Amino acid sequence: MNNTTNGVIVKNPGVLALIQDQGRIGQHRIGLTVGGPMDPFAFRWANRLCSNADNTTAIEISIGGFVAEFQQPTQIALTGAKVKATLNNQPIPMWQTVPVQAGDTLKLGFATQGCRIYLAFQGGLPIEPQFGSTATVVREKIGGLHGTALTKEQHLPLTTWQAHSTLMLPFADRPDYENEQPLRVVLGYQAESFSRIDRAHFFSCEYKVSERMDRMGYRLTGTECKSSISSMLSEGICHGAIQLPPDGQPIVLLNDRQTIGGYPKMGAMMARDTARLAQKTQGNSVFFSAVTIQEAHAINVMEKHKEAQIKLLKLK
Amino acid sequence: MKIEIAGENALIIYFAEQVSVEASGQIQAMTNALQPLVGQSIIDLIPSYASLLVIYDDDHYDYYAMRSLILAQSQALANDAQTRDGKLVTLPVYYGLEAAPDLEELAQKAGLTTDEVIQIHQAQTYQAYAIGFAPGFAFLGEVDPRIAAPRKATPRKAVPKGAVAIADRQTAVYPSVSPGGWNLIGLCPTPMFEPEKTPAMPLSTGDRVQFKAISKAEFLVLGGELPSGEHPYE
Repeated sequence: MNNTTNGVIVKNPGVLALIQDQGRIGQHRIGLTVGGPMDPFAFRWANRLCSNADNTTAIEISIGGFVAEFQQPTQIALTGAKVKATLNNQPIPMWQTVPVQAGDTLKLGFATQGCRIYLAFQGGLPIEPQFGSTATVVREKIGGLHGTALTKEQHLPLTTWQAHSTLMLPFADRPDYENEQPLRVVLGYQAESFSRIDRAHFFSCEYKVSERMDRMGYRLTGTECKSSISSMLSEGICHGAIQLPPDGQPIVLLNDRQTIGGYPKMGAMMARDTARLAQKTQGNSVFFSAVTIQEAHAINVMEKHKEAQIKLLKLK
Repeated sequence: MKIEIAGENALIIYFAEQVSVEASGQIQAMTNALQPLVGQSIIDLIPSYASLLVIYDDDHYDYYAMRSLILAQSQALANDAQTRDGKLVTLPVYYGLEAAPDLEELAQKAGLTTDEVIQIHQAQTYQAYAIGFAPGFAFLGEVDPRIAAPRKATPRKAVPKGAVAIADRQTAVYPSVSPGGWNLIGLCPTPMFEPEKTPAMPLSTGDRVQFKAISKAEFLVLGGELPSGEHPYE
């Protein structure tokens, strides 16, 4: 591409760094999952702080340890999990546009609150989409540069830098990843296959995030909850679906989930709450609360209206 | 037909309680009818054995509006007498023992010869009931009960690309190297998933599949590759 110049070099991808846009839509019929950012809200703000459209390609960094060297000037923004970030060893703020120069080194520590960090670049990463999206799904070997996570010394192209405003998301509008509000679940009809007691336990007991927490799904541990359905035909699985396999421990299915499965489900978590769950790490506690489809719809309308009112502050 | 809530912006339509070619045809017809809305009011569709999951745009539709749309569609389809059969796809298979590490054991347990297993496997057409597990992985059914076989106790770490396999009353072709516990009875040289091509898959749900035995020479001419290494099927 002739609009690319020198780009950026990944010196260390850290624990897991993936190229993502908002995800791959409309490809379930051939078995492709969605991918995309585990916390789409933080992802969107990273792009908006860089004056980008919401679906611009950026990087999702899980936990941290990411280091990169810029070969050209640009503007970046970091959002999501709280992490110590430096540019040439000088601390830089999150949730704010940061100008960088050729030769600058960006270093991230490890997240101290939350789990998923987003790094956006002004103009985004110019990467060829596959099946309409640049989202990397490692299990499918689809998206990103070669269907893989970022590796050491990998070169990433950037678009030519253009001067844009320096923006900041007001403190009051930033998410609090330690917020322990219950995660809202729309009850599915298979919820009726659990006894009233099991359902009462599910919506009143504490569950903990287990060590099996990845982009496919979060396995939680806590009070057992067993369905009376012993075998069922595999069926389509939506984002946030909560499966309860025979061991009675919930699995919340997330961005890289398989598209079909055959375990009974309690329902599906609302996307704004899967985004919060995806910021939790092993050992964190979570609680569920049940909502009806009408309540979920009303919550989404209200929250979207509130989000539309948020204004980025112009610093320069 | 029964419509149920699946999530904040998803509903699931059940067409039957059991797997059947008739239900598969109805699912296919509904999927095709809703497909033009994907990218507009519908975000995505997942047809499976007896159901169709519909993920919709909840900025513009709520559950009740989407339900009405589907019920209206269902009426229109009921009045439409057109055939619901998918296309027939023939997949060549090399059933040679070097390509079929589980064939002898499967035959032995079934009380058949390997030739009989091969003959039974290609004697019928299969329905593509669902696509999932991995990109391009189609679940085909139902296999003749005489050659149905449970999944292996210990799944293989790497099943080769093109492996033709049986698990219970299902059969499939592995589109790429992946872990798997199905019984491997042959290799198919036809690529099942090619990301750079349109369409990326030679078949869709609702299509019918017939397997056809080919020789090793034909397999190689058609671009098939035998797995290499000392123990390719461990």
